[in-house]
This record gives sequence, C-alpha cells and structure tokens, in this order.
Amino acid sequence: MTHDLIVIGAGPAGMSAAITAAGLGLKTLVLDEQARPGGQIYRNVSRATGGMDKILGPDYVYGRQIVAALEAASVDIRLSSTVWDITPDFCVRALQDGKALQFQAPQLIVASGALERPSPVPGWTLPGVLNAGAAQIAMKSGASIPSGRIVLAGGGPLLLLVACQLLDAGAQLAGVVETSPAENLVHAAPSLLGALRSPKLLAKGLAMTMRLRKAGIPWHKRAAGLRIEGQDKAEALSFTAGGQRHRLEADTVLLHHGVIPNTQISRLLRTDHDWNEAQLAWQPRLDAFYETSVTGLRIAGDGGGIGGARAAEASGRLAAIGAAHALGRLDGHERDRLCAPERKNLAAQMRIRPFLDALYRPPKWVIVPEGETIVCRCEEVTATDIRNSVALGSRGPNQTKFYSRCGMGPCQGRICGPTVTQILADELCVSPSEIGAYQVRSPLKPITLQQMASLREAPKEKETA
Amino acid sequence: MFSPASAVDSQEHVSITINGKETSVRAGLPLALALMEAGITPLRHSVVSGAPRSPLCLMGVCFECLVHVDDSRNVESCMIEVRQGMSVELANGPRPMESAP
Repeated sequence: MTHDLIVIGAGPAGMSAAITAAGLGLKTLVLDEQARPGGQIYRNVSRATGGMDKILGPDYVYGRQIVAALEAASVDIRLSSTVWDITPDFCVRALQDGKALQFQAPQLIVASGALERPSPVPGWTLPGVLNAGAAQIAMKSGASIPSGRIVLAGGGPLLLLVACQLLDAGAQLAGVVETSPAENLVHAAPSLLGALRSPKLLAKGLAMTMRLRKAGIPWHKRAAGLRIEGQDKAEALSFTAGGQRHRLEADTVLLHHGVIPNTQISRLLRTDHDWNEAQLAWQPRLDAFYETSVTGLRIAGDGGGIGGARAAEASGRLAAIGAAHALGRLDGHERDRLCAPERKNLAAQMRIRPFLDALYRPPKWVIVPEGETIVCRCEEVTATDIRNSVALGSRGPNQTKFYSRCGMGPCQGRICGPTVTQILADELCVSPSEIGAYQVRSPLKPITLQQMASLREAPKEKETA
Repeated sequence: MFSPASAVDSQEHVSITINGKETSVRAGLPLALALMEAGITPLRHSVVSGAPRSPLCLMGVCFECLVHVDDSRNVESCMIEVRQGMSVELANGPRPMESAP
C-alpha cells in the first residue's frame, strides 16, 4: 500500500474528501487529469482574474478557497495524471507526462463528477456545435467566447447561466431555444413546495430569466424538431415552436440537456448501478457513507447522482469520514457526530432537486432519437442502425456494439452510451434498468503500449511501513 | 470561431506551429481553445467518413479535439495547455497504413 486513501478527481467532492481525510490523519493521494485542482465547476479558478471573476460570479469564485485549503492540507496531489486502470485490489494506474505510475490504498474515493447528457439531434456533429458547458469551460479556462452569433438550445439551469455569462462577457446571443415540454410544468408542480424552501436558488433562476428578458434575447419555449443546418459547419438552428417552423442563423450552437453521472470507473469496478428515472441516468448504488457494492470503494459528488457542487462538497466530506471509520481511525460515535452537520447541509442542497429534475426533464426526442441522427459520433452510427441491431437479435448495448461498432471509438461510449441504452429500451419496450449499459474495461483512456510498459520501471511508489 | 472576451487582461503569447505554420496564441490556453481562437475549423476530419469535426465538450469526454502533438498521436487537446514551441499536426481522417511506425 502506498496510501491510506486515494481520491480520484479534484473537483468539489474530491477536494473536500481529501482535505477531510488529511485532517483525520489519513495518508491521502489525489489524482486529477487537469493541470490544476477545481474540476470542471471550478476549472482554472486559482488562476482566473478579476474581469472573469465578475462574469463567472461568486458561485465560481467560491471554489478558490477550497483549492487553497487543498493546497494547504497535507495531501499528496498529482495533477495532469490520467487514471487509466484500477484493479480489484485498488491498484490505481495513472499516466503522467507519458509515464505510467501506480499507487495502492485500502480505501478509494472516486469523484469523477458529471458529464453533459448527449443531445443527439440532426447536425450535432457539425463544427460550431458544442455543449453549453463547453462554452463555460472556455470562459473559465481562457476567458474565451465563441465569435459571431450564438444560439443556445435545450433546458436546465446551466443553459440559462451560460447564456447570462456569455452576455456579460460580450458575446452576441442570437437566441435561447428551450426544449422542455409543456407537461414538465405539471409534473414539477408537486415539487414546488420543496423548492420554495430553497428561495435563494429560485431567486437566482428568476434573476437569470430577467437578465435575458431585459437584454431582449429572442426566446422560444417548448421547441421540438431541432436541426442544425450547415454543410461544413453550423450555419443555423431550425426548430418547431408555437405551431410553426423557425430558423435562427448561428455561427455557434450550444446544446444542453442537463448533466449525468460519469460512471466509467464504477462500471470498470463492476459495482451495482440503478437507473434513476427522475434524472434519466445510471447511478452507482451507495450507502449512507457513499460506499458502493464493492467494499472500500466510495463515489462522492455528481458521479454518484446529480446534486450540484455544494452537495458534492458535503458528500466528499461524508465519504472521507466513512473511509476513516472503515480504516479504524474513527469510532462509530465520532463518525456520526462529524457527519451530522454535513447531512443537514446536504439535505438543504438537495431540496430543490426534484423540482429541477421534473421541470427540465429532457423531451423524449432528445433521449430517444430517430432516423439518420448520429448517436455514436466516433463510429458514425445512427439511431436507425441501433434500432436495426434489435431486429438482428441484439438485447443489450454490448451486443449492439458488436453489430454496429457503436461505442468502439476513442470516447469509449461515454457520449453514445446513455442514448444506446435508451433506444434499446424503447425498441424492446422495457425499462432501461433491464437493458443495462456498456461494459467498461481498462484502459479508461487511450494509452500506448510503450507507456503501459513503462509500469515495469515504476514499481509502486514509497511503500508505507 | 472563438475569441478573447473583453475581460482578458493578460496579453502574453506563445508561439506554436500548426501543420508546420508558426502561429502566435495566448499563453495558458488549453490547446483546443488556442486552435479554435487561431481560426482552425474544422479541427479534424473523422476517421470513418472524413466528416469535418470540432470540439464538443472541452472537458476530456468527447475526443473530438484529438490532434497530434510533438511525438504523441491522438492527444486530447482540451486537456493540455499550449507551450512555447509546441508542434501540432491536425488529424485528417485515418492514419495511412504505411506511416505506422
């Protein structure tokens, strides 16, 4: 063993887990793929400057104190380190500067966060079409904004937030096209009471709406039939809303339909997963201390179910406390005492979730695309190809992979996986929970044989006595 | 298709080569963003049909930003920062068999 605890991911969950674990005396290692801690939500926060702080707002700047606390804690931090394999006995292999490294610990906290849900619509592979989150990352990591006319399409708090931030950064917004269907309002109504107990969050939402309204941005609601037009790059977004067809010319189209847990590592380690019908996504099954069905493996933050950055931070602390107890560093009484305020905090963060999940539930045509729409971008496999695999006898994503090559490109099914599961469920008239998901195997990210072979010269670092 | 926001306060640049052509880009940017600010559209052509592609996610998920950097092939350009003297070759469809090392 090289450490007591290895934390994978230095976003809010991973950072708070590591800080808490170090505070409890655990010899802790944090690995992250990026050059600086922060994850995507606080990407580059330690380097961003005044002008962008103002545009990205206090929720972003808040992350700076967590990064500072992590850097001050006695935590072994390895950045620019991409985890490509984890063995069943928690030997964690990473690639840093082209060299393979390995570490091992009895406790593992995976905090690999969320991905944006794919928005497979006709034309979404054209240059100039990005996820809305990507535009926010461009602002965070380089104060960079799309040039020319921008149209944002989809649904969710992030869509409106990115629209406001782009506006403040001086970008040219040509329209906001919301796709949430009318019935979402009906389904969200019962959760409104719970949401009203989070007045600050609701007020933030209203403020964003007002900001866009005041700026006079063309705003379409309940849009369907989205199509991105263009030959070699995006030129326009066309859609149906209010009973007629619209066309907004655009140089950049930003898509967003919420975020879903990144389950690559929990799938690699074969933990049990459940289908979350409210969030339309898989999530690993976790206990009260974020432990999965694999003993010693915990998932903190959005990778275990979507709750947002502040909830992720609380869950990271709870997972670290759970790990310290499992290692015998805390008795049950002390563990529960430390957890109590975190649980209260977490419950407060989660109160608005059912309302948001219902209000911004993506429409069926995004979840279950049809026809020639590309689902697997890497191997260029269409929705029809995936449906046809069922006629050929496929009963699950892994069989469909053999028939069509979907999920076999460099992204390893990260983008098409959720859609393939949903299309198969639709075609076979069963729940996604009966369909399952792609098997995930090592390497988690592409690595050359030469890099893999460098492990031979890199025996496990610094064995602890 | 990307440009610096008006809130940018550092004017520091580094020089990289893109397909052999020397290009000045803002220091500290993720390579994918630097390429997009340099007006590289598309960023690559797909290996299956040769269709034009550019980054979708900028967070290491979609692999649409793959480029060849110095001696490394198929690098996620959104996950690395530009460095003075970095040599970038754009990925144009599948690698020809004869060029395999």
